[in-house]
Parts: sequence; structure tokens; C-alpha cells
Amino acid sequence: MIGVPLSPGCATAPLLLLDEPLSFWGGTDVATGEITDVHHPQRGASPAGRVLVMSGSRGSSSSSSVLAEQMRRGVSPAAVLLRRPDAIVTLAAIVARELYSIEVPIVVLSAEDFDALPRKGMVTVSATDENAEISIDDGRRR
Amino acid sequence: MRQAVGDPELTAAQREMLAGRRGDGAALAMRVIVRLARALGADRLIPVDSAHVDGCLFHGQVGIDLVERLIAGGARVAVPTTLNVGSLDLLHPGVVRGDAADRADARRLMDGYVALGAEPTWTCAPYQLRERPAYGRHVAWAESNAIVFANSVLGARTDRYGDFADICAAVTGSAPYVGLHRDENRAGQVLFDCSRVPAGAFASDVAWAALGHLVGRRSGTRVPVLTGLPGDADEDRLKAFGAAAASAGGVALFHAVGLTPEAPDVATAFGGRAAERRHEVTAADLLAARDELTTAPDGRLDAISVGTPHFSVAEFRALAALVADGPPFDEDIEFWISTSRAVLAEAERNGDAAACRRAGARILVDTCTYIAPVLRTSARVVMTNSAKWAWYAPTNLGIDVVFASLPECVLSARAGRVVRDPGLWRVP
Repeated sequence: MIGVPLSPGCATAPLLLLDEPLSFWGGTDVATGEITDVHHPQRGASPAGRVLVMSGSRGSSSSSSVLAEQMRRGVSPAAVLLRRPDAIVTLAAIVARELYSIEVPIVVLSAEDFDALPRKGMVTVSATDENAEISIDDGRRR
Repeated sequence: MRQAVGDPELTAAQREMLAGRRGDGAALAMRVIVRLARALGADRLIPVDSAHVDGCLFHGQVGIDLVERLIAGGARVAVPTTLNVGSLDLLHPGVVRGDAADRADARRLMDGYVALGAEPTWTCAPYQLRERPAYGRHVAWAESNAIVFANSVLGARTDRYGDFADICAAVTGSAPYVGLHRDENRAGQVLFDCSRVPAGAFASDVAWAALGHLVGRRSGTRVPVLTGLPGDADEDRLKAFGAAAASAGGVALFHAVGLTPEAPDVATAFGGRAAERRHEVTAADLLAARDELTTAPDGRLDAISVGTPHFSVAEFRALAALVADGPPFDEDIEFWISTSRAVLAEAERNGDAAACRRAGARILVDTCTYIAPVLRTSARVVMTNSAKWAWYAPTNLGIDVVFASLPECVLSARAGRVVRDPGLWRVP
């Protein structure tokens, strides 16, 4: 499927679909990436190295720093797929790319594509400044 | 949804900055703003009058790396810029614990922002400072509670800026023309009718925080419109409401009909459109919000924390009045007030800070008790009148919370255990 790239990069990783929006600050461990928010239904899961699927982020304006620091430490999501443009997540990717040449693709999907995503599977995200392509292998026969 | 991305149209001055003619630091800041504008679909940038920067709170090396790259590139803020809380109390060294390396990093980051020309205000409540954004003016503010206050109570216009965007907007003096800068995104979307809540309930500070929590949970990032609230709510009530709605949901703008400047009536608040959803709020809903924010049973209590967002001059006055008569706090209870150095200076002048200290309160400035190691490590159960503090502290600090009113905080501090005001939460 085709998405709108908010920040470029390439990644292939297992999908992690969030059931609720997440605040990276106050909601994840900066050193490991793990979800620590006691109010989040997926507390204990880790977005590190996964293609994170979230409708949008929530809460604190410190989240860009926490996510960018996780990118610097190599414990961030490998890519993020969104339902709507999200400044917090995008800024983390912009700054990690500026400072460290680390690229974590951030892509917005159409509402139809986003809502049709499977809960599990291997996802390949390939985004340039202009285009983004996403392919999913969810193990099912096509 | 947009089908393609494109660069925003830039003025000649903005193009010069992007090309590096105002230095490498300004060019880096402009690249960040332009890429953000592109990602958000902005067709242009707008000038901002001021910035409030949240990036001075230490979260890791990335913060230092960005600010020092800007300094090395000769960047300076282009508009008046205030600073949010840092990770240290610079006026009371030793109050914030932590190892020397962490403290040195926190200080290096805070110093970096001052070196860029920002004012060392160190507060999450910049709207309590003398210079405030005027109605209808564009600003670039970070910190969710400051954003919602600027948009809703002041009627200024800021989108949800966070770390990095804030300082880059300050250095470039510009921001993407999207989101809450634009008229069409400022109309109300969800109605909360509060007229069934007994009028007396909103005399309590904590009712506003509880209401903010439930409105945040039900609104997400939509714009809520509130009706049926008493028309005499002061800024501290709206501060408590907004902070809770921003942290529990993602509310960056609300309209309280008859209270906030873009909501003289319901139709105006909704911009002539119909509400997407309607909620009726009852006293039982507020009680449920209180219970959701409370993780400990009534009983043991180790500490109390108020001033999230930062305590105002009026809140110092209210606390000083509550402690004026009666015994001092139990000596086993730590009672912390978080505030700004500017508000503390005023509370020192008028004697309210001294009155609070005499009762046993301790005062923290420049930072906050839920983001810096201040509470003693043996603290397990902490009372607060802040829904925001109650929402974040269990995760941040690994403690249990009792959400209660300011008078209940004083009663409990004196008794050394949780004391409830039974009249406060009575459901008729």
C-alpha cells in the first residue's frame, strides 16, 4: 500500500499495533523503549525494533525528546505508521536524522488502509521524502 | 487525507535563513521547521510573537546535542522566549537528589538554553508571568498545560509544540501555519453539559481537576465545549481543568461558554457547526474520575504535593489562609509546593510563603516533584490536588496517589494520614 511520508527511511520488522495512543514521555522507558504507562492496556510490551502502528500520540510535549533519545540509543520503533500526521513522532525522526543520520520512517496511511491492518505480521516500510510504500506479510495465503 | 507532500512557500528572509546566510544554527532550526511544516501539510509559515520552550528538561544526550549544535552554529532566539521547568532547583541546590553526572547533564542543558538567549523562567505556567500573549496573536508554546491555557483562556494561538519544534520556532521566529493557528480548527467538536452537577461542587479546586480528567478521557484530541459551569471560575480553576484534560487526553483547546474568550455562547464556540457528540456530566462522573486518579485506599500517607502546574500567587494566598489557624503539619509528612521563582518572589514579599513554611510546607522552584527526585525515597503514598500529577506520578515515581482537594491536603498533613471531607464528594 501507499502512504504519505512524514520522514524517510527503510525498515522491515514485526508489527506492533497499539490499542490506545501512547505518550512516549511518562509512558515508555527511555533506556529500553518498553511501555511503562500503568494506564496503557499494553504495558510491558516493547515498541523497540518493531513497526509501531498507532493512530496518534498522546500527552506530553517531552515525548519528542524521549523518542529521539530512544532512536539515538537504538531502542526506538524501527518505523511508525500513523492514521493522521503527528508532530511529536515526526520531530523525533527529523532531529535524529539531523544530528545522527539515523533514519526511522514515519508514514501516514489512509483511514481505510490503517483500519485494515492486521494485528500481526512482518512489515516492510520504504519511504523517501516524496513517496512511501508499505508491504505486509501476515502469514496468510493470498 | 493529503495525497502528496510539498514544501511550504517561504518568504525571502526564510529562504535566506534556510540557505545558511544567518548561520548554521539558524539554518538547522529552519530545516526542522520546514520539514515539520511539510509533514503537517502547511502551505506557509507564520511569524510568532513569542515561544515557550520545554526542551530544557533533561531526557538524554539528544537534548544536549541539539542545543549545543545550535549554539555552535551561532543561533539565538529571534523572539521573546520563556523556559519550562528543568530537572533541577537552581535556587535550592541539594533539594533534587540524583548522581553528580545526571545533575551535571541537567545543568548543561539548562545553561545551553539560556546561552541561546531564552529567559531563565523555569516554569510550566508561563501564563502566570507578567508578559502574556495577547488575544488572537500567534505564539509557539510547548508544554501541554501551557498550550491549552494559551489557546483556551488567553485566546492566543499555538499548535501543540513539543521539544525541538519549540526552540526551532524561537530561533526562526516562525511556525508551520497549521492546526490551532487556523480558524477552522478552533471550533468546538464535543459538548459537555455540566448543568446537572450541583453548583456548589465547583467551589472546590479538585472538582475542576476531576472534570478536566474526564473531559480529557472522553475528548482525546478533539475540542471540547463546556456549558453549565459557574461564570466566576478563576484562572487557577481553568489551569487545573486544562492541565488534566491535556494529560489524560490530548486537549489543546477548550471552550467554556461564558468563561473563555472564544465562547460567548454555544453557537460561537462550535463555529456554527453541530456537536459531534454530547455528554451530560453528573456528580457521579466526577466521583468516578476522582477514583480513577486515586490508587491508594484511605489511610497511610507519606507526602503531599501541590503546585502542578506551578502554584500561583493566589494559590499561595489560599494555602496560607488554610494554615493560618490550627496545628502545624505532622512531622512525618513531607508537604511540597512546586512553583516558579517569579511567583515565589511575590509570595515571599507578601508573607504567604513564610506562612506556608511555618506550617511545615517546603517549596521547590524551577522544576517539579513528579519529574525530579525530590520526595524521600521511603514515600509510598502521596496526596495531590493535581489530576496531572496523579496521572503521571504512579508511573514516574512508582508511588501510590490519593487525589484530594487543597483543604483535604491540609487536613491530612495535620493528621498524618488521609483525611477526607465527606461533604465534598456527596452524590445527591
